[in-house]
Parts: sequence; structure tokens; C-alpha cells
Amino acid sequence: MKQPNARRAKGVPMGGRPTGMTFKSLKRVIKMLFSFYPVMMPLTVVCILFSSATSAIPAIFMQNVIAEIEKWVDTGDWASAKEIIVPRVLILIGLYVLSIIAITVYTQLMAYMTQGFLSKMRCAMFGGMQNLPIKYFDTNRHGDIMSHYTNDIDTLRQLVSQSLPSLIQASAVVLCVFFIMLYYSVWLTLLVIAGVSVMLFVAGKFGGGSAKFFIRQQQSVGKAEGFIQEMMNGQKVVKVFCHEEKSKADFEKINDALYEDSFKANAYANCLGPINMNIGNIVYVLIATVGGLMVLSGVPNLSISGKALGVSIVVPFLSMTKQFSGNINQVSQQINSIVMASAGAQRIFGLMDQKPEDDNGYVTLVNVKTDESGNITESDNRTHKWAWKHPHSDGTTTYTLLQGDVTLDEVDFAYEEGKDVLHNVSVFAKPGQKVAFVGATGAGKTTITNLINRFYDIADGKIRYDGININKIKKADLRRSLGIVLQETNLFTGTVMENIRYGRLDATDEECMQAAELAGAHDFITRLPDGYETQLSNNGSNLSQGQRQLIAIARAAVADPPVMILDEATSSIDTRTEAIVQKGMDALMHGRTVFVIAHRLSTVKNSDVIMVLEKGRIIERGTHDDLIAEKGTYYQLYTGAFELE
Amino acid sequence: MIKTLTKCVREYKLATILTVVFISGEAIIEAIIPFITAKLVNNIRAGVEMSEILKLGGILVLLAVLSLACGGIAAYTCAKASAGFAKNLRGDMFNKVQSYAFSNIDKFSSSSLVTRMTTDISNVQMAFMMVIRIAIRAPMLLIFSIIMAYIMGGKLATTFVVVIPFLTIGLLLVAKFAMPAFRRVFKKYDTLNESIEENVRAMRVVKGFSREEYEKKKFETASESIRKDFTKAERIVALNNPIMQICVYFNMAFVLIVGSKMTISSMGATIDVGQISAMLTYGMQILMQLMMLSMIYVMLTMSSESMKRICEVLNETPELTNPQNPVMEVKNGAIEYKDVSFKYSNKAKKFALSDIDLVIPSGSTVGIIGTTGSSKSTLVQLIPRLYDVTQGSVKVGGVDVRDYDVETLRNSVAMVLQKNLLFSGTINENLRWGNENATEEEIVEACKLSQAHEFVMGFSDGYETKIEQGGTNVSGGQKQRLCIARALLKKPKILILDDSTSAVDTRTDALIRAGFRKYIPDTTKIIIAQRISSVQDADMIIVMNNGAIEAVGTHDELMKVSESYREVFEQQTYGGGDADEAAEC
Repeated sequence: MKQPNARRAKGVPMGGRPTGMTFKSLKRVIKMLFSFYPVMMPLTVVCILFSSATSAIPAIFMQNVIAEIEKWVDTGDWASAKEIIVPRVLILIGLYVLSIIAITVYTQLMAYMTQGFLSKMRCAMFGGMQNLPIKYFDTNRHGDIMSHYTNDIDTLRQLVSQSLPSLIQASAVVLCVFFIMLYYSVWLTLLVIAGVSVMLFVAGKFGGGSAKFFIRQQQSVGKAEGFIQEMMNGQKVVKVFCHEEKSKADFEKINDALYEDSFKANAYANCLGPINMNIGNIVYVLIATVGGLMVLSGVPNLSISGKALGVSIVVPFLSMTKQFSGNINQVSQQINSIVMASAGAQRIFGLMDQKPEDDNGYVTLVNVKTDESGNITESDNRTHKWAWKHPHSDGTTTYTLLQGDVTLDEVDFAYEEGKDVLHNVSVFAKPGQKVAFVGATGAGKTTITNLINRFYDIADGKIRYDGININKIKKADLRRSLGIVLQETNLFTGTVMENIRYGRLDATDEECMQAAELAGAHDFITRLPDGYETQLSNNGSNLSQGQRQLIAIARAAVADPPVMILDEATSSIDTRTEAIVQKGMDALMHGRTVFVIAHRLSTVKNSDVIMVLEKGRIIERGTHDDLIAEKGTYYQLYTGAFELE
Repeated sequence: MIKTLTKCVREYKLATILTVVFISGEAIIEAIIPFITAKLVNNIRAGVEMSEILKLGGILVLLAVLSLACGGIAAYTCAKASAGFAKNLRGDMFNKVQSYAFSNIDKFSSSSLVTRMTTDISNVQMAFMMVIRIAIRAPMLLIFSIIMAYIMGGKLATTFVVVIPFLTIGLLLVAKFAMPAFRRVFKKYDTLNESIEENVRAMRVVKGFSREEYEKKKFETASESIRKDFTKAERIVALNNPIMQICVYFNMAFVLIVGSKMTISSMGATIDVGQISAMLTYGMQILMQLMMLSMIYVMLTMSSESMKRICEVLNETPELTNPQNPVMEVKNGAIEYKDVSFKYSNKAKKFALSDIDLVIPSGSTVGIIGTTGSSKSTLVQLIPRLYDVTQGSVKVGGVDVRDYDVETLRNSVAMVLQKNLLFSGTINENLRWGNENATEEEIVEACKLSQAHEFVMGFSDGYETKIEQGGTNVSGGQKQRLCIARALLKKPKILILDDSTSAVDTRTDALIRAGFRKYIPDTTKIIIAQRISSVQDADMIIVMNNGAIEAVGTHDELMKVSESYREVFEQQTYGGGDADEAAEC
């Protein structure tokens, strides 16, 4: 589902004037292009330059041929004229052929590189994103993250495939034509330059204006999108409350604002073309009259060629004027997309430059064998026995068997500085024990589990896993040793089997099915139209909530970790399904160290220890019977006097 | 389809017509300019008097100014017309959706409606802009240029006999091959973006299982496959440029060789130098216009998909309509189902409800329980006429619901939906959905009744606290209680709670029900619940199973006669504390 991108245009100054930052990102894009394609990119540039040159040079030939025609026109002797004209035209044709080859080569290369570049950028963004800390995803709206992959990438596509080549080409043509013009006449060239300066000024003015409104339009679109999304999602509520007229009126306001911005942005952009084209026309007329005047009045010419100003110079000069202004116009049309693309690039680099999750862990998880005397040796095969491999600074390596002993020792933690979420939390979980956390929303239950698997790092205190400080353990290995079933079930597009296998990629089909059986999911899966090969999409929307939960449990079961974290959820599933899910959970918990975030007090009841959290502190701890006898908060919760969530 | 869309131009018709007019004006001037220019060039060449040159120059400047005026006005009106057209389309779509019945809403997913109102509209806006700017201008310029080329160039114009068909066929072939390729890619591209979103959403799972590298590989494969397809499509389109250039160059070479031969051998009689340069200009223009036309062709075919999707929304007929002479008052909260059967769509084989007969006296409290999929929600949705029965009838206050004015009916039947929502805005604004003109006291009263007042006052901004989109900053139980308050503000004759207290703890739940009994005794209350305790003290409990009523009675009666009721009761009473369900959300 799409999310509103109200902040899509962030990073762009409101004045619409690009800042140094945006140009820096533009430079970086170009640099990357060259580094991705160290051969193709320069080749493309050469081809573009060549084809631009060949489109400028014919002007000379044409002038030449026309001059010849004039020379011969009164003689009527085509036979003799042919000797001179035809070879020249043939050279011209030769140039044309080369030019077409160059154009074909660079357009094909460009098509190839544009998509290659975008694909590489996408992969770089995505790859970088995988390494970002959970915090990034908790603090950025998903819609905003997504818009990097959609809107921002689109602006780059426009830039690379159109704006850049057209910029290079136009500059090359302009440069060539400029020198040819100087070759003919300095005075007339100056006149053209004056005209072009006006064009550039107007382009800057209008281009900047339209970029500003385009960015504003983007924001309005984001706003409208957000509103539409909210209303479409809540359409049934709207109907039930007969709120149709009110929401129509609200939408009209937003829609009108969008119209204003869209209208202005497009008006500016549309104006640019005709204005510049006609300034071009006027410059053309100026050259014609001034040139004509100069020819007539015999003003001395100043030129590289040293030729006197005559008709044979003014005429080709006119066509060059056209070419010159045409190309300037072409460049100015690109201003818009260049500004938008640099803003897009800036946002993309913003994501790519995010600091990845740091991982200084050096203790790794390895397969081991133990002999009778208890010695541990590393094994390359899957032995179903794991140990922490702990290299020490003195060069020795020790192995500690993976058991699932987790302790938190006086842990403090805050998501934002100054706002402590956990104070002085100590938890001791022996292998095979079940520890439950109970408490209201915001009490810090989920936070504790976030710390154990190092989604977040603690501020003070120590967390140890089998006696090893978890900061020393490589994150990937730490997380491999912990299984999680989250409150919110997330399944991936793919078959049911693939989703279960996500827990352990080398699991066989049998192992996946065994896990499903353990979780109590096997029955319903076999009843699906394609059994384990049933295709899931859209977070498993074709399954019920309970079924999704069961698959998530099976996924954790196939990973077979010694420690499990269960952030349990039982939304509106009926009592019968709840019982099945519960059974799956119970089966999974057997024989493991388990941390349970308990919404369901029946799950908590048989825990080895129950922690009641309030405002980040453990206020009660003990077994169910202890706590009931204590008649404290837990007792009240259990008897339904408090709201848990 | 086109008709449906053009209807939305409305007040921007003038701007649209003006655009076409001024664009045509611009086109005509643009076509004339080379003609005058050629004359000017010839004059300079012939060395005519300065005054003559100045005169032509003056005309040219005038034409340029005129063209600028036309172009500028057209740019303005075009932006206005296209932005306005888009606005109307968007507004019409939004309004249309407001008139949809539930069954219509079910047909379109909300995310597809969002795409239709955003991406599709901007595609159509672009296409519209292209059409009014270029679709008239390009053919006009094309025809004009061809005519002029024949007038000026005579035999030289035969070059176009070769060039035009070549270019047309070339461009059409490119379009033909590129379009399906693009369509395929865009679909793939959407899938890729969906998978990114999936990844972002499931980041905790990805990291929890240390699947970062796996995800990267999966993504790279997908991205690579898109790159291949996209490159293929783009490379086909990239052929446009060389094809165009071949034509331009052919034209130039032809004109130069043949032109010079003709000029020289006829001693400038059949054709002169100025004409040659005019031929080159017109040639260029003709080819440019063909290019434009092919671009429009591609653009229109690409956006036709969007147009189709927009029209689907606009042409959908709302499945519920107000009756001719509607009943404007609901007398009381009595409900009667008579032989009611219902299915969601005519095509559905299975009835969602079958043979329902039920009489609910006004002012009574009714509990409904049953497993998921037993059609509890379906049963109550017929009361405010969210759906129409397939067979039989539902009566409220003794009148068939289909005879009421829909708004009157729904204002008397307040329903708290299972999938409930708060909207972005303050708590106060949200509550006023129930009654826009509610007084402060009424709002507080409703909130007290739904046990929401206390926690609302606990927020630092009280009733002015902002609710985030989707109500993410209040807990599930709080959201449910606000939703109940919102419904209460309607002062309904019938109040339906569809599993609306599932996240509220048992004690608060009991308080809410006690409040109902005390303060709104005349309102018929229908409560769907998972929890037996929520319905235990109702006057009447309905046990639903598989779209049919399995048993009806009070708690005590059902404990005796209904095995499934007893089973659920026992499971909930002895299976664990009741508070467990309090936190589900």
C-alpha cells in the first residue's frame, strides 16, 4: 500500500534555488556514473560530442555548397558544377553516416547505462538499508523510505537518460557553433551572445520558478494522497456516520490547493518554451537586419577568417543563430528536471549515507563436536550442537557450549536521551527456564527483548549470554541463537514452504513440515489449495490472523534456537483458534529458555518467573502463586481490575 | 470511456478551447516565419534596399511577438485546463466513492482507489496536456509544412515521399514493440516496490533471523531481472533518435544535390537558393511533427490503462439508492428479520446468511457470539442497510430498512465497526463525527459513558489531543472506547458494537455495559463479542454458526441447551484468567 509522501520534497530549500548541497549530489551522481562504467561512459560522451560536432559542421559545408551554387547559377553549366558540388555533398553524406553511427551507439549505450545505473543505485540503497539499525525504521515513516525507491529514483532516471545527454550535446553544439560564428564575424557573434544571455536569464527566472512550484506541487500531492488514503481506508466508517458531505467538503479544499500549485508549476514550465523560442526568433531578425545593414553600409568585418562581411556570411550565420538558440532552449527545458533530480539524488544519498548498525562483535557461533571427556572441537558439519567461539587477545581460542543462559544485570536504557525507558532491570534466565514479562503499554516489556537481540544497545549495565557479554558477540550470530515471534506477524511473498524455511535456509522440506507440525500449523496448511506450495502475497492476506501466526511460529521452530522471544499477539481470533495457537506456542517453548511478553495471563501462569513491569522498573517478581499471594499489581491484573495493554 | 472523461472538463472548457485556438495561432505563425525568413534571406542576397529589409524584419519581429503572445497565453490556459481537468477528475472520483455502498467499496481495495486517484490521474493529466497542446498543433504544422514545401520546393518536395513513410513506419514499429515491453516492466516494477515495502515492514523479522544478506541477494536478482527488461524496452525506444536523424540527413543531402542541380541547370528559374534553405527548414519541421505525433501515440496508449481504471470508478453504479418516497423517521429500535438470506455477491455460491428469523424488541440488549466466519458481522450490517438482503426483509421500527431515507436510518442506527478507525485530527473533532453540533457537555457525557473521559483528561491536551493518522498514538482499548463515544453521540435508537470492546479489560467492559443499562435504556443494544462475559447478562444471546442461528436464549437457557455455548464458556472460565483478552491489540 502506498503511504503519503508529504515530506517527499524535504531537503530542497523552499526558495526553489538549488543550494551547494544539491549540486554536490549532482556531481556525485556523475562521478558514480563514470565509476560504474569507466569505458562506456567516456565512450558515450565521445559519441555525443562527435555527433554534436557533425551536426554543427554541415553548416559550413552547406554554406559552401550554397556559395558554389550561387557561383554557378548564372552559367547553367551543371556538368562542370557537378565536379565541385557532388564531392562536397558526398563528404557531407560521409559525415552524416558517421554521425548516425555515433548517435546509434550513444543512444543504445545510454539506454543500457541508465537502467544499469538505476539498478545499481537501487541495490546500493537496499543493501545499505539492510545494514541500518532498527532505530532507522522505527523513526522514519515507511512511506518516506519507500519514496526513495519510487519518486527519487524516477527523478534520477529522467536525469541520466535525458537531461545529461541533452546537456552535453547542447553544450557541444553551442561551443562548436560559437567558434564557427567567431570564424565568420565577431560583431554578429556578440549580438547573438547578447540575445542568448537574455534567453538564459529568462530560463533561470522561469525555470527556477517552475522548479519551486513543482516542488510545492509534490508536497500538495503528498497531502492529497495522505487524505485520500485515510478516507479510502475509513470509507466504511464514513458511510456509517453519514459523513460523506463533510469529507467531500474537506477534500475540495485540499484538491483546490493542489490545483493551484499544479496550475502554477505547469504554467511556468509551459511558458519557457514559447518565450525562448521567440527570443530566438527576434535575435534571428536582428542578425538579419543588422547583418544586412552592415553588408550594405560596408562596415569592416572582424573575424577569425578575415573574410569581408558579405551575403555568403550573413546567410549561414542566420541558420547558425537558429541552431544556437535552439540548443540553448533545449538546455533551459532541462533545468526543471535537473533541479528535481539533484533534490532526489540528495535524498537518495541521505539514505545511502546513513550510518550502518555497528557490529564490533568477534565471538561467533560454530558447530561443534564433544568427545567423552567433554572436549569441544569445531566441526564443519551440522552437528546440532553449537558453541561460542571466543578468540582472546593472547591468541588462544576458547569454546563455550551454547546453552541459553541469559542474564541482564542492572540494565538502564533510553530511546531518547533523558527519557529513560528501563531502570536498573535485572533478569536471570537459566537454560530451559520460562521468564514472563507483564505490564501496561509503555512499561518496557518489548524494550527488554529489543535489547537482548541488540536491536538497540543498552546505556548502562550488562547483558550476558552463556556468560559472554553480548556486545562481544557478532550480531548475526547472536540473533541466530535467538528465535523471535513478534506481535505483528510479517510474512513474505512466496510459498508457505518458503516462508517457513526463512527460519533456516538449509532446512529440508521434511524439517519444515515437522516444524509446522510442532507449531500446529500442518493441518490447516495441508487443507490450503496448494498445501505447502500455496502462494502467499500481501503479508499473507489470504490467511486468517491465527493462521499467519501459526506460520510465524513454525518459522521460528525450524530455526530451532536455544532461546525464544515470544511477543505474543491474540487479536480478534476466536477462542477455538486461540487455543490452537496457544498449543503451538507451548510446543515451541518446550525445553528452551523463553522470554514471553504475556498478554495472556494463562501463558504466564506456568512460567518459572514472572516479572511485573511498571514504568521501566520491575515492581514484582516471582511465580504465579507467589504473586497471587502477594495481592499486588499482578493479582489485580489477574482478576481483571486493570487494563493490560 | 473518452466521453466519461471529457465530461469532467466542465468549467475549464473555455481554457481548453482557448488553448487549442492559441496553439493553432502559434502554429500558423510558426509556419509563416520561415516563409518570410526565406524572403528576407533572398532580399539580403539580392542586395535590395535597406528599407525593404527593415520592413520584412519588422514583420518578423511582429510575428515573433504575436507568436510569443499566443504561446504565452496558450501555456497559461493549457496549465489551467489540464490542472483543472485533473482537479475535476479527482473531485468526481472522490465524490463518487462517497456515494458507494459497502458492496461497491468491497469491490475496489482501498490502495487501488488511492492509486487511481493519484498516479492514474497524473498520467491522464499529462496526456490531456499533450493532447491539447500537441495533438492539434502537430498535424496542423505537418499539413501546413507539407503544403508550403510543395509550393516552395516543387519537385524537391518529392523527398518527403520517401522520408515520411520511412519515418512513420519506423516510429510506429518502435512504438509497437516498445509499448508491451514497457507495460510488462511497469508491472514488474510495481512488484519490486511492493517487495521493498514488505522488507521495510518486516525489518524486525529480517534482522531477527539475520537474513540481511539473503534479502540483498533476493533483491539483486529481482532488480537485475528488471534491469534486463527495462534495458530491452529502452533500447527499442532509443532507436527513435537514429531513425529520425537518418531522415533529417537524407532530406538535407537530397535537397542539396538535387536542389543544386535543378538550380544551376535551370539558371535559377525553377528554384532559387532561398527556396533551398526554406526546403531544409520545412523538411525539419515536418519530421519534428511526425516525431511529436508518435510521442503522443505512445503517451495515449500508455495512459489508456489509467483512463480505463479511472472510468471504472466513475462508472460504477452505487448499489444502494434512496427509495422514491422515503420514510424520514425511525419510530423505535425494534428489529425484525424475516426469512432473511444474504450473499455478498450474486455470483457467490454460498449464502453468508440463510433463513434468519428474529425479533428484537426495542430497548433490549442482545449479545451475539460465534466463531470467526460465522457471519456475526454480516447479520448486524443489514440493520443500518450497509448491505441489502438477498431474500426476505429486515425491519427497523416496523418499517423495511429499504423504505427509509438512508441517512435517517443510519443516524438512528449507530454502529461501531469491527475494523474501526479514528482520523487524523483532535479527539474532539473525531468525536464530532457522531454529531457535529454536540455541546461540550454532550461530548463529555458520551465519553464518560464509554469510560473514555478519564484517560482523555489524562492527556496533557485533553480533548484537543491530536490523533495521528490511523490512531496510532492511542492504545487499542482507548481507540475502541473513543469509537464507542463517537457512536453514542449520535443518540441512536439502535447501537451496534461489533467486537468493539475486545481490547478493553473486563472491568471497564462491565462498566460500559452498566452505563448503557442505566443511561440509554430505550436504545436497542446489540453486542458482538468473543468474550462470554460481555454478553452474559444480555436479554437475549444469539449463537451463530456458519451463517445460521444455532441457538437463541438467555445465558442460563443456553448453558442448558447449547453445547457449543457451554464449551466456549467453560474454555474461557477455566482456561485462564479473563484479563488475558484485555490486552489483545
